[in-house]
Amino acid sequence: MKIKSNAFLIAISAVILGIIAGGLLMLAIGSNPFEGFYYLFRGSLMNMERIGNTLATAITLMLVGLSVAFAFKTGLFNIGASGQMLIGGLCATLVAHHVFIPRPLYLVVLIGAAFLGGALWGVVPGLLKAKFNVHEVVATIMMNWIAYWSIYYFVPAYLKGPSLETESKSIALEQTLRSPWLTELFGRGYMNLGIFIAIIAVLAIKFILDKTTLGFELKAVGSNRFCAEYAGIKVNRNVVISMMIAGGLAGLAGVTYYAGYSRNMQIGVLPQMGFDGIAVALLGASNPVGVFFSGLFFGMLQSGKGFMNAMTEVPPEIADTIIATIIYFTATSVLFSRFWDKVGRNRRDRADRRNETASQAEEVHHEQK
Amino acid sequence: MNRSSRQAFASTPVGIVVIIAAALVLLALISQVPMVGRILPYAIAYTIPLLVTALGGLYSERSGVTNLGLEGLMVVGYFASALTIRFAEQSLQAMALPIGLLVGVLAGALFSMLHAFASINLKADQVISGTAINMLASAITVYLARTITGSGNVRIMLGIIRRNIPGLSQIPGIGTLFFTQSYWSTWVALAVWGASWFLLYKTSFGLRLRACGEHPHAVASAGVNVYRMRYFGVGMSGALAGLGGSIILVTYSGEFNGTVAGLGFLSIAALIFGQWKPLGILGATFFFGTATTIANVSQVIPQLGVIPPVLFKVFPYVVTLLALVAFSKRSAAPKAIGEPF
Repeated sequence: MKIKSNAFLIAISAVILGIIAGGLLMLAIGSNPFEGFYYLFRGSLMNMERIGNTLATAITLMLVGLSVAFAFKTGLFNIGASGQMLIGGLCATLVAHHVFIPRPLYLVVLIGAAFLGGALWGVVPGLLKAKFNVHEVVATIMMNWIAYWSIYYFVPAYLKGPSLETESKSIALEQTLRSPWLTELFGRGYMNLGIFIAIIAVLAIKFILDKTTLGFELKAVGSNRFCAEYAGIKVNRNVVISMMIAGGLAGLAGVTYYAGYSRNMQIGVLPQMGFDGIAVALLGASNPVGVFFSGLFFGMLQSGKGFMNAMTEVPPEIADTIIATIIYFTATSVLFSRFWDKVGRNRRDRADRRNETASQAEEVHHEQK
Repeated sequence: MNRSSRQAFASTPVGIVVIIAAALVLLALISQVPMVGRILPYAIAYTIPLLVTALGGLYSERSGVTNLGLEGLMVVGYFASALTIRFAEQSLQAMALPIGLLVGVLAGALFSMLHAFASINLKADQVISGTAINMLASAITVYLARTITGSGNVRIMLGIIRRNIPGLSQIPGIGTLFFTQSYWSTWVALAVWGASWFLLYKTSFGLRLRACGEHPHAVASAGVNVYRMRYFGVGMSGALAGLGGSIILVTYSGEFNGTVAGLGFLSIAALIFGQWKPLGILGATFFFGTATTIANVSQVIPQLGVIPPVLFKVFPYVVTLLALVAFSKRSAAPKAIGEPF
């Protein structure tokens, strides 16, 4: 078998090291890591309700991961998914409180509003990058905090709940993405129609990237923007479009979270999922299908941690530690690619030496004849 | 007066004296406005953690390594100092505070080595590595805090007591503004600022460090070890961000609660808005600190209530974006920033 480093091997290595790091941390506080991981995965998969909750968590992660991955394909780093999620969620919340029309049409308006909100928050860094060459990482970080503080003051002023100052009033159940048959099927958990948004988005992004001119141009800009420019591709236009769609996808993540998984918005929270999405995209090697599965994996980690914490002494932050470790090791993937290349080379060398000795032996054998 | 002669004037001893004197007169006048006297102590308290953290970012970015992990490094310092002071305050009393700050500095420096190793030796994507640092720091500190104290918070009993500086606080105007009711950590931070300016701009070591962020290959051919310089830069960013986090604890927070609520990112904004220069950073952080303070107190001061506080809160981020646009033609950002050597 030929071993050479590839995206899959690197991703798996990072996951294994992340899990080992998590295990070591559990050992450090005197817990049994096998027990810890047993309860972690049991907490996310033990019955239909928990599977539903895991999927509901995974939906948001997949959409954020898709957002980050899509920007990656154009060579852009969308670190602003948190802010785009917040604005998408805010638009969805506004629609949920104020628009009352037949459900199929309502869902289109709800989801569309979230997409547009996120896209608006994504297109600003895109335009700044295209027009003024402002680095998108810095611009998206600034946009995150602008969103954070806007929500911080907007929600208490216009969407205040009856009891708490720090969260918006709950959306009526029939105005969310929850659906009676899904809720029934998954034992009254958080499962919602977002799963279809996620699946459709994965397929649509895959189609755009693989089968359309737009996708080809976006990828061309991502792999070498000067070469793409020379070939007549409008680089700046593609940068703007890429950030807009990436923002829109994060906005969709916002609707699945704030009007699906949860039913209100809390102030003073920059959603952690926006950063977990970076892990999802990296682990999925920026491939839509890869993102789908890595979203499932991180969904399991995030949704099982509460049960694990209840059954053992391990604090729930272990899941975030594992995710962060995985990101760190994916960033340092050169370590693994060197390692796997070396393993591969050693095997090849050994094989070559064997062949050599075999042929030498044959020659000797010949001469003796 | 054109640009170059203006600069030449500003750097002569007479020019410096004139500028400082003008600033002092201005401040003495400002101090007569009653609102300023009430806001300024808070503004300074908010500015100082931002200032030291942004200075840390300056070391790292000037040496050529982007550091988006400042937020996480602050959290590490915040946590380490809280833990130290919590365990030492019974036996050591007030001595626990400087020891706590020192441990915060060391913890930040140590944690930043993860970023240094990834971005210098392994040539990793520095943005991703920095993001990982942020996530790892906030997860692991709360994880440990929960294990040690039972909740995710670490509360300390002691804090730095505000004192009047003898003599100086008697000066009319600036005395009441700056030398009354000040934390000693503020003076430590300003000393660090001055020392950093001297180190980076007045020594050959500083010149080499800055050159590593502009043309690392040229520096390397002059016999300088670029790796070591960048390790120093990142290490300093960790140490100073750790100090920034510790100062939050011992001045206005009094409790580790797992987050510094974006102050690390605000420091990055200040670093950019200050165009990667010590004086610019001092101005930018003071500007941002004041804006934050005004937003926080605008509910209780009626004169400020007419302006929605959200404007003050988003202001630093918006002006940073505008600064990036304005300076896009001739950015002062280090040229080799983010590029592995």
